[in-house]
Amino acid sequence: MTRLVRPAQAGTIESSDILVMLAPADEGTGIQVELKSPTMQQYGEHIRGLIIRTLQEQGIQDAIIHANEKGALDYTIKARVKTAIRRAAGQRGF
Amino acid sequence: MIKERLRRSVMYAAGNNPGLLQNAGIYGADSVIFDVEDSVAVTEKDSARELVYHALKHLQFPCEIGVRINHISTPWGYDDLEYLLPAKPDYIRLPKGESGDEIRDIDKMITKVEEKCGFEPGSIKIMVSIETPKGLRNAYEIATASPRMIAIAIGGEDFAASLKTEKTKGNSITGGRELFVARSMLVFAAREAGIQAIDSVFSDLRDEETLINEVTMVKELGFDGKSCVNPRQIDIIHRVFTPSSQEIDYAHRVLTVYQEALANKSGVIALDGKMIDMPMVIRAERVLANARAAGIYHKEGN
Repeated sequence: MTRLVRPAQAGTIESSDILVMLAPADEGTGIQVELKSPTMQQYGEHIRGLIIRTLQEQGIQDAIIHANEKGALDYTIKARVKTAIRRAAGQRGF
Repeated sequence: MIKERLRRSVMYAAGNNPGLLQNAGIYGADSVIFDVEDSVAVTEKDSARELVYHALKHLQFPCEIGVRINHISTPWGYDDLEYLLPAKPDYIRLPKGESGDEIRDIDKMITKVEEKCGFEPGSIKIMVSIETPKGLRNAYEIATASPRMIAIAIGGEDFAASLKTEKTKGNSITGGRELFVARSMLVFAAREAGIQAIDSVFSDLRDEETLINEVTMVKELGFDGKSCVNPRQIDIIHRVFTPSSQEIDYAHRVLTVYQEALANKSGVIALDGKMIDMPMVIRAERVLANARAAGIYHKEGN
């Protein structure tokens, strides 16, 4: 179970990337995603779902996420969310 | 028969750039390296590692993909291996190789992960770049330190810097003199070990003429391929390293007269008034093997 201890971000706003900003939230408030995407109509729900699933897979129930998506494929979205989680949990991964 | 994977071009893609990673395979390079070393800022080592992991795990590529890790003497090297090996890259590229011990160390880690993940033993290979005089002195030891070794490469800029000189461009006669001995020694070590030799990148993207000269020179020295950082250079590198139709034709004729001579048990072979001896036969075999690997020669046998 990962515990978020501070706000953190990962990714960029370059094409094919996504900038993920992640912050801890009070227990019981759930995962709140605010998403900006040029393909909101077609893929908005998919991206939102992928972000939430990735957080849940890491054992996170409560968090505030702002994501600025620029045409990222799924593998990038997953990777950026996971990096943001590790950073917010106080690990740098090295 | 020479059965070697073709590595005329080895292209780097910066590991923290999703656009580059997902498109790196489409430009026709024989081999692509996802880099988490020099092209990634110290503050982004963690995010590049994660991104490369997911790219390897979730995308499909038309060519072999290696991963250039940080050296195992840095704070990131072992973690790079631990994290990225389970995503099964085709090979690990180690920068600044200086001893056989480093290679044996990495080999051990790969063996462990192969067992744990159920990968075929020996399927993940190693390529090492030589960037210092010490590395060059130990090049043969490095090249033979593990059966996983597929190639040694020269890191030109770093090597020149460690000699306290710089990588020159010059022209076809004066260019690259500072690396001349190092390049040749690298080829000697690779050939003695029976693996490939890869030359370093040529960084001026606008200067195609000098690029062609440099590729031609390293091909003459015996190199199998060249690294590059931009897809624009791939076609030029391939053109130089791929046998021409005249070369293929001649190689084919050499092997034909050689086989006729074998069948007739005649000792002396001549073609177009020139004596054909064993080195020329071996070279002809290599030309056809390269042409076959490049997909421009389809006859079997020979």
